[in-house]
Amino acid sequence: MKQAARDGIALGLAVGTSGLAFGAAAVASGLSVAQACVLSLVAYTGASQFALAAAVAGGGNLIAGTASAILLGSRNGLYGLRLAGLLDFRGRFRLLAALGVTDESTAVALAQPAGGRPGRAAARAGFLATFGSLYLTWNAGTLAGALGAGRLGSPNTFGLDVVGPAAFLALLWPRLRAGRTERAVALAGAVIALAATPFCPPGLPVVLAAGAALGAALLPSGAAGTADAAQAPGPDRPAGPDRAAQTADERPCR
Amino acid sequence: MSGTWIAVLVTAVCCYALKLAGLTVPPQWLAHPRAQRFATLVPVALLAALIAVQTVGRGESLAIDPARLAGLGAAAAALLLRAPFLVVILAAAGTAASLRALGVA
Repeated sequence: MKQAARDGIALGLAVGTSGLAFGAAAVASGLSVAQACVLSLVAYTGASQFALAAAVAGGGNLIAGTASAILLGSRNGLYGLRLAGLLDFRGRFRLLAALGVTDESTAVALAQPAGGRPGRAAARAGFLATFGSLYLTWNAGTLAGALGAGRLGSPNTFGLDVVGPAAFLALLWPRLRAGRTERAVALAGAVIALAATPFCPPGLPVVLAAGAALGAALLPSGAAGTADAAQAPGPDRPAGPDRAAQTADERPCR
Repeated sequence: MSGTWIAVLVTAVCCYALKLAGLTVPPQWLAHPRAQRFATLVPVALLAALIAVQTVGRGESLAIDPARLAGLGAAAAALLLRAPFLVVILAAAGTAASLRALGVA
């Protein structure tokens, strides 16, 4: 249980520094410092926050940008489905714990040895330690990055326009290493989004890319698909069949 | 209230509500293997799409920005070397900024 807490605190502190990158990218995109901070305090999910900032920067359709940010946040709901039985938080405390559901806190909670009361205690300790340290550093980093970027002048001069894509690549990296299915879905998602870009308002092409995941999930997947379906994404997750690239749905939007 | 504020607040509240819904819904609802496969693959498709669009997209068109491409390449190289997240970000931004400062790209 102490080990779980230590791991969680270390991971939270390390990953939370990327709040600086979000704060800087958000202000560079045209969000105010207050808007960047509200996103980090309440949404508290990096990929969605970067997605909304990108939609604002593109000067595009805010509805589509918001939709893609929420769609990106939907995975936290799916993490929650797995965490509910594991952590078994109830009542008012569940309202607070829900805020802490992220990739990182889920990963630490699921990494603890399962079983009985000690297993639940370790999972809770890991989850809460990650939540606490990551929430503090992510929000402090957001504020610092947002204030710093305001004094820096043109964001492109400092390469801040590449911070978003680089952060997504880093977040996606473990899943790309996880198997062929993941790589095929990633490729199909990128192709769909690029193909749709000239025909759609900014933000929408990214939503359409979800079709790649839907196609891969609906295709007959055999034993590999069902055996690994209950596992969280991770380096030990077995690869499924490489069929997602055939599912690319590149209908133009207009 | 500006459109941007509405987008920020709707995103923030909906992202929290999704987390709470997941913790509140009975786990049996996601018992189907295909639903689980979709759940694990959706972030992969969306993040890859974001990388592509943010790197070569400009509004409703595609445009090659050599400094930005080089920055993303530097990030990939840092990831191959197992660099921590912050180093990956610094490598990407530093590469793009350096190329622009030198007038190369």
